[in-house]
Amino acid sequence: MKNKFVKWLSLPYALWSMAFVIIPLLMVFYFGLTDKSGKFTISNILSISLPVHFKSLLIALLLSLISTIICLLLSYPLAMILSSMNSGNNRLMILIFVLPMWMNFLLRTLAWQTLLENEGVINTILRAIHLPGLKIINTPYAIVFGMIYNFLPFMVLPIYNVLCKIDKNLLNAARDLGANEIQTFLKVTLPLSVPGIISGITMVFVPALTTFVISDLLGGSKILLIGNVIEQEFTLNSNWNLGSGLSIVLMLFIVISMIITAIFDKDGEGSAL
Amino acid sequence: MSNVLKKIYISLIFIFLYAPMAVLIVLSFNASKSRSKWGGFTFKWYAKLLSDSSIMEALITTLMLALLSSIIATFIGTIAAIAITGLKKSTRTLMMGITNIPMLNAEIVTGISLMLLFIFFKIKFGFTTILLAHITFNIPYVILSVLPRIKQLNPSAYEAAMDLGASPFKAFFKVVFPDILPGVFSGMLMAFTMSIDDFIITHFTKGAGVDTLSTKIYSQVRKGIDPKMYALSSVIFITVLILLILVNLLPNAGKKAKTKK
Repeated sequence: MKNKFVKWLSLPYALWSMAFVIIPLLMVFYFGLTDKSGKFTISNILSISLPVHFKSLLIALLLSLISTIICLLLSYPLAMILSSMNSGNNRLMILIFVLPMWMNFLLRTLAWQTLLENEGVINTILRAIHLPGLKIINTPYAIVFGMIYNFLPFMVLPIYNVLCKIDKNLLNAARDLGANEIQTFLKVTLPLSVPGIISGITMVFVPALTTFVISDLLGGSKILLIGNVIEQEFTLNSNWNLGSGLSIVLMLFIVISMIITAIFDKDGEGSAL
Repeated sequence: MSNVLKKIYISLIFIFLYAPMAVLIVLSFNASKSRSKWGGFTFKWYAKLLSDSSIMEALITTLMLALLSSIIATFIGTIAAIAITGLKKSTRTLMMGITNIPMLNAEIVTGISLMLLFIFFKIKFGFTTILLAHITFNIPYVILSVLPRIKQLNPSAYEAAMDLGASPFKAFFKVVFPDILPGVFSGMLMAFTMSIDDFIITHFTKGAGVDTLSTKIYSQVRKGIDPKMYALSSVIFITVLILLILVNLLPNAGKKAKTKK
């Protein structure tokens, strides 16, 4: 379908992206690099070095790294099991992970309060079987818990997709040539699944690093992540310049993870869809 | 790993994913307004649901947004996906790069960038600004679900139709469109779901006086969630669950899906 007419069809989308993707991002830079009177300044960006801001960035990085690693450790075996049972019912798999989205995201996360509270469901069960209770609500652990819960599907689906595409003959060939299960996994399955892993890592790490809702709902608003700081600058303090400056710092991390994804996942094999 | 271990592992993850749904459904029958106390079984939240005009208004706003944004995004996205495959490689890479921005970027950044755009151009915050934002983050889902379908197309089929005398327009709708339709449909469904579930981007692009279910729930977090919200969410969840089971279990639908593959 390579004719001139078809090319022009991309125009509406190109214009839309220009107006609502590119220009808005430029706006972030414009506001981030100016002060309230519109004069150029880099103080908004440098304010990341203020102890309050810097601490929130470090905590966000730490918690999102921990949740990304746990998500990976939980997802890989799950994706392997699911892909080995695979009877071609890819759609059903995706539906199981998409279905929870029909229960509101905030309510789903709030439900964990009920589950994790000191007098909550999990602790009641633990006490009933004479185990010590967990004190994790309103601590960083609860935030990590919420991150894992909300972003686990983003790790499972790309890995599952990549594993399903691996040619079973490759695995049989490796076994025929004398490799045991562990060798086959390390030399064949794992290297072939790297695009899925990398794509899963970015898809979990970026939303976890930048969240403000999960820390708000499960951290008892005592723990501020960089996302909370930016959100407050925009909604409470109406200091768009400072908020934009901090967002530019945040985008640096996002761009780094995008570049890593692009290097490892050239063909978009690991995408969740 | 033995089969039993595998099954236990899957079940544990499944419980982890669906435990909050169970909690919310139980809470929707809780006579006590508190989230942590059981005050006995009741249907009253369901009964009062329809007469709560502010929740109904938020529900209608949410559904309207999801419907309009997914339809418009599907329209723009499907045309874009067809056009993108016809572009030369460098332009195509650029367009795909732009498509990936809203997918990979943090929602908070997408949200504030649109908020700044509307502030800068003095556009009044309200339903329209949320709609524009939702269309923007929905288009990539449509494009990414239509593109693989287009790549699978047999280009000769379209040319054959033209050779046999069909106009480009007719050749497209008779030959190409039926083949990409499943992709278009699943893209639209994905877009609809994303729009319903969105909170962060709506939070930054909404004006005073307009609320979706998400933003309404967020405003109730501090003072305590209205239990009618649990009832409404349970109704939505169960409806979708039943629809999915019907679509997947209906013998005819199942057969169709198989022959397509």
